[in-house]
Amino acid sequence: MHDLTPITALGGTAAQVDKVADVTCTEVPEVALTSVAARLGKEAAAAKAIKKLLGAAAPDVGKFADATLNAFWMAPSQWMVEAPFDTHEDLADQAKAAVDSSASVVEQTDAWTRFDLSGGQVLAVMELLCNTDSRRMEVGAAVRTSIHHLGCFVLRRGDQDFSIYAPRASAGSVHHAIVTGMRSAL
Amino acid sequence: MIINHPLLGPRDSAEFVYLGDATLIDRPDWQSETALKDFSDYAYLRDNPAGEHRELWFHEGGDRSWLVVTRNTLTHEISKVELARDVARARGRSK
Repeated sequence: MHDLTPITALGGTAAQVDKVADVTCTEVPEVALTSVAARLGKEAAAAKAIKKLLGAAAPDVGKFADATLNAFWMAPSQWMVEAPFDTHEDLADQAKAAVDSSASVVEQTDAWTRFDLSGGQVLAVMELLCNTDSRRMEVGAAVRTSIHHLGCFVLRRGDQDFSIYAPRASAGSVHHAIVTGMRSAL
Repeated sequence: MIINHPLLGPRDSAEFVYLGDATLIDRPDWQSETALKDFSDYAYLRDNPAGEHRELWFHEGGDRSWLVVTRNTLTHEISKVELARDVARARGRSK
């Protein structure tokens, strides 16, 4: 057997943490992701199946639902489901079993990487990073926007807590943009 | 310029990519007797109105939806924004 060492999207063996003033950017590698897109004409059946899978109704436009599994809205009739990797490594299989032929499921775990930003002045950093009006985002809001010219998802998990899902292949670029933004804004 | 996305609300036009005339939705029937002429017209002929124009925009830096935006080419005023799939379905398209 090869003796392989798992690394994070930024290439480290442990998640990278950066702190500038009172804002912390944390790399979050242990997340399983899968997208679920309702098939044409089967939206109602898909919504029902997703409700059962999540333990809550599929989130509305621009929102995320935090129940047994977390899911956020991506596009009309399309959601991303996120769960802890340790317990849900087979998330896509679980989702496919739940929705059957009512929706298409795509494994997304290694397509995205997550950065959590938190701290008292986090809004000053978010304003600099993307043109979404982050001050107006309510807790529970999820939007897709551009950060550093890359399509990223931004979730507001708390008053001072944001999660950013960035394309994993560009993890280094987005991390650079975030840390540069933190240094400029704070 | 701000585009008032029907689902997401006002978004900066920098998040969008412009495709062109919304008549691209009306793809001709390839089995028609006049398919050659129809496709030639579809591919090459465009109206170039000074005034109201319906056009396709893609929300690349957002939810990646296609929109039909009604824009005045003289003033850049945007009077209507619809989801392209709703427009296509209203014209009898199945997808």
